[in-house]
Amino acid sequence: MSSRDAILQRLRHRTGGELTAPECDFSVLNRPEWSTAEKLDMFERTIESVHGEVHRTTESGWIDRLAEILQTRGAGTLLIAKEHEIGKALQSATKSREDLPQLLIYDEPVESWQEALFSEVDAGITSTRGGIAETGSLILWPSVDEPRLMSLVPPIHIAVLKASELYTTFHHAMQSQNWAAGMPTNALLISGPSKTADIEQTLAYGVHGPKELIVLVIE
Amino acid sequence: MSETAQQSPHHIDVKEFHPRARAAIHNPQIRQNFRKAMDGLMTKRKSAFEGWDLETLRDLGANIRLRALANLPDLLEQLEQKLTENGITVHWAADGDEACEIVRDICVARNASSVIKGKSMVSEEMELNHYLEEQGIEALESDLGEYIVQLAEETPSHIIMPAIHKNTEEISQLLHDKTGTDLSHDVEYLTANARLQLREKFMNADVGVSGVNFAVAETGTLCLVENEGNGRMTTTVPLCHIAVTGIEKVVPNLEDVTALLALLTRSATGQHITTYFNMISGPRKADELDGPEEVHLVLVDNGRSTIYQDDELLDTLRCIRCGACMNHCPVYTRVGGHAYGTTYPGPIGKILMPHMVGLDEGRHLPTASSLCGACGEVCPVKIPIPDLLVRLRQESVDGDKLHPAKVRGHGAKRSSMEAMIWKGWSWMHARPGMYRMGTSLGARFRKLQPGKFGGWTRYRTAPKLAARTLHERMKERSQ
Ligand code: SF4
Repeated sequence: MSSRDAILQRLRHRTGGELTAPECDFSVLNRPEWSTAEKLDMFERTIESVHGEVHRTTESGWIDRLAEILQTRGAGTLLIAKEHEIGKALQSATKSREDLPQLLIYDEPVESWQEALFSEVDAGITSTRGGIAETGSLILWPSVDEPRLMSLVPPIHIAVLKASELYTTFHHAMQSQNWAAGMPTNALLISGPSKTADIEQTLAYGVHGPKELIVLVIE
Repeated sequence: MSETAQQSPHHIDVKEFHPRARAAIHNPQIRQNFRKAMDGLMTKRKSAFEGWDLETLRDLGANIRLRALANLPDLLEQLEQKLTENGITVHWAADGDEACEIVRDICVARNASSVIKGKSMVSEEMELNHYLEEQGIEALESDLGEYIVQLAEETPSHIIMPAIHKNTEEISQLLHDKTGTDLSHDVEYLTANARLQLREKFMNADVGVSGVNFAVAETGTLCLVENEGNGRMTTTVPLCHIAVTGIEKVVPNLEDVTALLALLTRSATGQHITTYFNMISGPRKADELDGPEEVHLVLVDNGRSTIYQDDELLDTLRCIRCGACMNHCPVYTRVGGHAYGTTYPGPIGKILMPHMVGLDEGRHLPTASSLCGACGEVCPVKIPIPDLLVRLRQESVDGDKLHPAKVRGHGAKRSSMEAMIWKGWSWMHARPGMYRMGTSLGARFRKLQPGKFGGWTRYRTAPKLAARTLHERMKERSQ
């Protein structure tokens, strides 16, 4: 008999007899309905408490803000998506202004440029599918246009979040967006920059992923 | 550093708990490292749950796990079916050895010579690194704590913070000796160096091996909880990802992970959430630009289906591996993780490991507890750990009457002398006349009572029989 069948058979014919499944009441996860402003305050507080950075900006002002942020950090290159509106806006903005870093488009399989991705990219910018106020989390569903490593390999990750897409809790976000109906190959919650406390409980940032997480909130 | 900690699990004798515990207790460095860390973790956990109805949340956690266990075989089949539909290959392993062989076969089929690993306690259980090295495949840990432990040729001393037994100075020295970094107490510097060294490895590794925190049957999704990003690297950069997990990790619905995640990270490190919650539901699609082209899940039994047979012991399988029980355990805090000599230390280890190594090997595990109850009180899924410890103590001394042998090594600690004494004790207590005669004889000849009762009086004075029995005194009072 295969291990699979042997394991399943043992589980099916347990000596203790039938087990009954208890009811699960998820209402303990419910929170009062917060306004967008309250959610944003909460989101900001929580993500900042773990070293994330939040910049409130607008539909027309975010590129200016981004340019400023990247300049102060001396970033020379920014990884963008080809098709997403964020990437497109940056591509057209860079034609008329000089204060943005060199834009790199992630449009080739990683195998063809892995070395460069790991060593030459200073920052990456991605969209989000919303945020979670309670835990200060960003929801990312990497895609063909915004691949998984965009938010992981560059030392600075910039995420664009619409304030109107903030949810109170993870449970709420998942239910509202009906995740159970179909998951992407990879879905992520990102709640701050990469960190470790493995050396004597001392926090250090940027251990394997980005050292900085910067959220541009479009109000 | 205690000399015992240097050993790999292959030659650790689990039975030798006492000498290891004694050595650890007399090692001020170990005492200090653990005390400091555990105090910090307890405080953080407490504040992370402020404002929560914690009891109700723990009830939900327990119910979610119980519901999953109630339908375990069906859920595993559903998980397998969903994962297969999603393009993930599912393998089943009866024990650690078979799981290792499965991983090896996948590596061989891909001509892989190097494996990068994310944190996985099940792979520790399998002793995967050791096995792969023997097969000529390099296996490198990428979680910073695991990396440190691997460089030191040790095993994790905590399931969440593997290198918690070392302080900065010890780690600095180790990294200097093994990787040539400067001697420095600057944690930023040490971390940055590890980042550099491991990034190289991520790029060149052929296979990534990770654990799984929750496997969702409904959608065929593998969930990983982590802070460093090494888990994401491991599951994204190499072209092949192999996840290994115990068969108990499955939950029915995606919704379930929201409550378990809320409990897990707060209980473990006092975080509202970890930096990354990584949900994997398939390999790279044809038009995607990164991610592994192959994803495998190895479902490992290794004694779990035996635990599953018994209504009480079954609760062991609820565990979500948060480590809160060890953080709050007065014994663990004093002896540290290596004293146990087992893959899983602390309270969860004491109730889980006897099933894996047998009660003969693990005879001291259920007794390495003061039964203070702290573990059961903090467990996010309400595992009655103290009750299970008592049950395992019974199992280790019972003949085969009370419970048919459920645990390997059942009755290993039974001594016929002790059994006889207890038999006599219960015989006398069931007969009032004999009891009275016994106690009054005891009072008369109390001078003859031995002053030492074996181990019990090693640190205690022996109780003395009173000159008059309670019955005699009560009789006088009523006259
Ligand atoms: S037994 Fe409970 S407290 Fe201990 S690791 Fe498992 S879930 Fe956490």
